Amino acid sequence: MKKWLKFYWTLLRRPSVHFSLGFLTLSGFLAGIIFWGGFNTAMEVTNTEKFCIACHEMRDNVFEELKTTVHYSNRSGVRATCSDCHVPHNWTHKVGRKMEASKEVWGWIFGTINTPEKFEAKRRELAEREWHRLKANDSLECRNCHEFDSMDFTRQNPRASREHSTALASGESTCIDCHKGIAHQLPDMTGVVFRQ
Amino acid sequence: MKLSLLLTLLLFSLSLHAEAPDLNASAPDGLRKGGTLGQTLSAPPIPGDPRDSGREVRNYPEQPPVIPHSIRDYQIDKRFNRCLDCHSTSAAPAAGAPMISITHFMDRDYQVRAAVTPNRYFCTQCHVPQTDARPLVESNFLNMDHVLQQEAARRQQQGGTQ
Repeated sequence: MKKWLKFYWTLLRRPSVHFSLGFLTLSGFLAGIIFWGGFNTAMEVTNTEKFCIACHEMRDNVFEELKTTVHYSNRSGVRATCSDCHVPHNWTHKVGRKMEASKEVWGWIFGTINTPEKFEAKRRELAEREWHRLKANDSLECRNCHEFDSMDFTRQNPRASREHSTALASGESTCIDCHKGIAHQLPDMTGVVFRQ
Repeated sequence: MKLSLLLTLLLFSLSLHAEAPDLNASAPDGLRKGGTLGQTLSAPPIPGDPRDSGREVRNYPEQPPVIPHSIRDYQIDKRFNRCLDCHSTSAAPAAGAPMISITHFMDRDYQVRAAVTPNRYFCTQCHVPQTDARPLVESNFLNMDHVLQQEAARRQQQGGTQ
């Protein structure tokens, strides 16, 4: 093992004998494009709706619930699909989220929510995790589309404009504090305090 | 002889009347207007859901009030009741929503409970959103106030002529 390591170490340390510096630089550059582009393309594939609902856990539970909501079907034809709300758009945070989501692969392999009963039993836990995530990042994914600065309070109903111009404006509350369950059905809400 | 002749005549006259039944009879003009039974008509447009129509006056005191706002995607099930999120006793004042009537706390044995009873839990069994739909059938329903006013006016008129 030590010998093997030593061989590669000396190989890497030694200047190239056969290839020119230009060739090495250029091929390194090209390989970089291929690997980096390939990595990003693969990551983007995992961000598609088709990828998400490839598992029946997602397709039969949460995706069915999303379908009837205004975020999926509406008169203006703007649609938010899974990744628009569950994955940050910014690259660094996206990679972080993807690493977190690797635990979902574990869950998929061992079938932690592979029946409606198991899903129902875990619904509160899963919802709470998502509420917590959105609370912690100040409802980042909501704000990718819904900008506070673009809100016209006069077009909102009195209660909405009151809350938005006070609690939301001061940063005391964030979107998810009130708008829970807008895209999926809520779990048993015993003990959950909605901001009033 | 006479009887058998009569019977044959009767059967003959019946066979004349028994035409092949019309397989595509015209539909009765009820809620579904025009066309025949076999015809598929295009569905009428779904009435809009006015977002903030004001609260409506009830037609009779026992009428479940209509909902003056959109209730799209409202969850009402074992896990959560979105309506009670604003209309419950504790939430109503802050939300500026009318509180759920305490009649909803009475169970089927007329016992008043501390919270909404299960048989009054599913709001949309009685309460529906007010839409801009036009009535499918004309109605000449008058509420009690109108009937009483009319009766009073009629009596006054009668009293005046006598």
